[in-house]
Amino acid sequence: MTDILDVRAISKSFGALKASDNISLSLKSGEIHALIGPNGAGKSTLINQIAGGLKPDSGSVHFAGQDITSLAAPARARLGLGRTFQISQLAPEMTVLQNTVFGALGSDGRVSRFWHPVMKDKPLLEIARSALERVGLAHRSGERVSEISHGERRQLEVAVALTQKPKAFLMDEPMAGLGHGGSERLTGFLRDLKQEAPILLVEHDMDAVFALADRISVLVYGRIIASGTPTDIRSNPLVREAYLGDEGET
Amino acid sequence: MIKETDLNTAIWLLFLGVPLAAWQMGEIYTITLATKICVLALAGVGLNIALGLGGMVSLGHAAFFGIGGYAMGILASHAQSYAPIMETPFLIEGTKSMPVIWVLAIIMSGIAALAIGALSLRTNGAYFIMITLAFGQMIYFFAISWPAYGGEDGLSIYVRNDFPGLNTLVPIQFFALCFAILTAVIFLSSRLEHSRFGMALQATRQNETRTQAVGLTPYKIRLIAFVISGMICGLAGAVSADLNRFVSPTMLSWHTSGEIMIFVILGGTGRLFAPLVGAAIYIMLEHFLGGVSDYWQIFLGLLLLMVVLFAPGGVIGLLTKREAAHD
Repeated sequence: MTDILDVRAISKSFGALKASDNISLSLKSGEIHALIGPNGAGKSTLINQIAGGLKPDSGSVHFAGQDITSLAAPARARLGLGRTFQISQLAPEMTVLQNTVFGALGSDGRVSRFWHPVMKDKPLLEIARSALERVGLAHRSGERVSEISHGERRQLEVAVALTQKPKAFLMDEPMAGLGHGGSERLTGFLRDLKQEAPILLVEHDMDAVFALADRISVLVYGRIIASGTPTDIRSNPLVREAYLGDEGET
Repeated sequence: MIKETDLNTAIWLLFLGVPLAAWQMGEIYTITLATKICVLALAGVGLNIALGLGGMVSLGHAAFFGIGGYAMGILASHAQSYAPIMETPFLIEGTKSMPVIWVLAIIMSGIAALAIGALSLRTNGAYFIMITLAFGQMIYFFAISWPAYGGEDGLSIYVRNDFPGLNTLVPIQFFALCFAILTAVIFLSSRLEHSRFGMALQATRQNETRTQAVGLTPYKIRLIAFVISGMICGLAGAVSADLNRFVSPTMLSWHTSGEIMIFVILGGTGRLFAPLVGAAIYIMLEHFLGGVSDYWQIFLGLLLLMVVLFAPGGVIGLLTKREAAHD
């Protein structure tokens, strides 16, 4: 198994706060690597540095054998980094299908076309429809995003990421607010999806994390305090103290 | 409620029908008013691409409108005086041919939009509004202090320019020409709105993060749209100058930018026919209330306030009862 994504010793500070403190992390093909940690541990900052929204102060990010540290977010997406967001990032006035077609348009890249209607573009529509079918949202194709439910938006985010045929997925709390049935369905879906492209998963839902992850890294105060298989993590005393212990009591 | 496409067809027919009826009845002034509406609406169609589709609140579009106007004024004034624009290193002469003037107006305003857009689009929000305003005013004051082309007094062109096969001095013929241009540009703008580029442009307005996440760079998309928008305003400026047979720095002032924006907002930001409806309301108010009071713009202000507060989709949004534009 090769490393698709390789984060090498990145650090990022905001004033005196070390949001990322010498973090190294990798994602191998075929795996789900879960990143867990209490609120404020720096998970979103880390994801942002991988996706290109933030530049690390030091260290580097490598993706598909290339140093992408200095690339902007769109360039990283074009290389095959598919992303879903903690708070849904969709075009609210567009329909479900249009959002998905837009995803396909982005990875196709040929935007400077001013004449032919994009919603009659067969190749793009095909990619979009099959992505919607896979996440089970095909029946809502014609709805405006502003009118679909929170859970459906989460599904749509995954569908848009699918249209990009990514080499790796970065998923920031895809289960958030899904409810029990929804997160169970998504768990099953992600388990199949990892064969297609590995997933770096930030998630608070511990049932989902332990059911899905091949490896887990625990981030506390900007540092990875433990990394290993779910069994290792469950029995790691540091983790129990810093994170799981608190969860267990509540 | 009325479907937007039906409403658009009705508006289009009305704007064709009224001047034709006026022509039959010999009401020349009505034809001139309709021509004025067409020309201003054309500028609005240009701004609507930046503002309505791309969400770029530009207060500098008078610059492109005025550059188009001055392109016409400079070319025609040289043709009028038989003095070449330059002799060295090669000879450039003025022209009275509308198609040639239009092409040059589009090119010049496109270049200006590229330069202004490339710098302005690095900012956003209030800063973008202010920087476009600043560029617009720079060009305005440049025109004022440029004595070769009339400075503050502007340039008068004695005879309207020529268009092959038409007598442009006949009001109904000139109206037909302006209406044809407006129709063609609205059609192009509709194609653009539904094209790949149009989708990307609207996505940058609705969600920048999403646009980047699918691998597109919002800056590039906005810049292309800004240039297209500026070129249409440039064309409108050239035609407007021909309608008035006069260009002056007023075309370049920020009031003009504001007026163009008012057309778009009154009609319904982002709607295909909004600029035409907005310009019509504006010109009619000016015509009917302007006769009653010099302060007619108070009523315009009230109307604008009502639209912004109670009908964010503008007049077209009100009639079609759908707040958000675009399907």
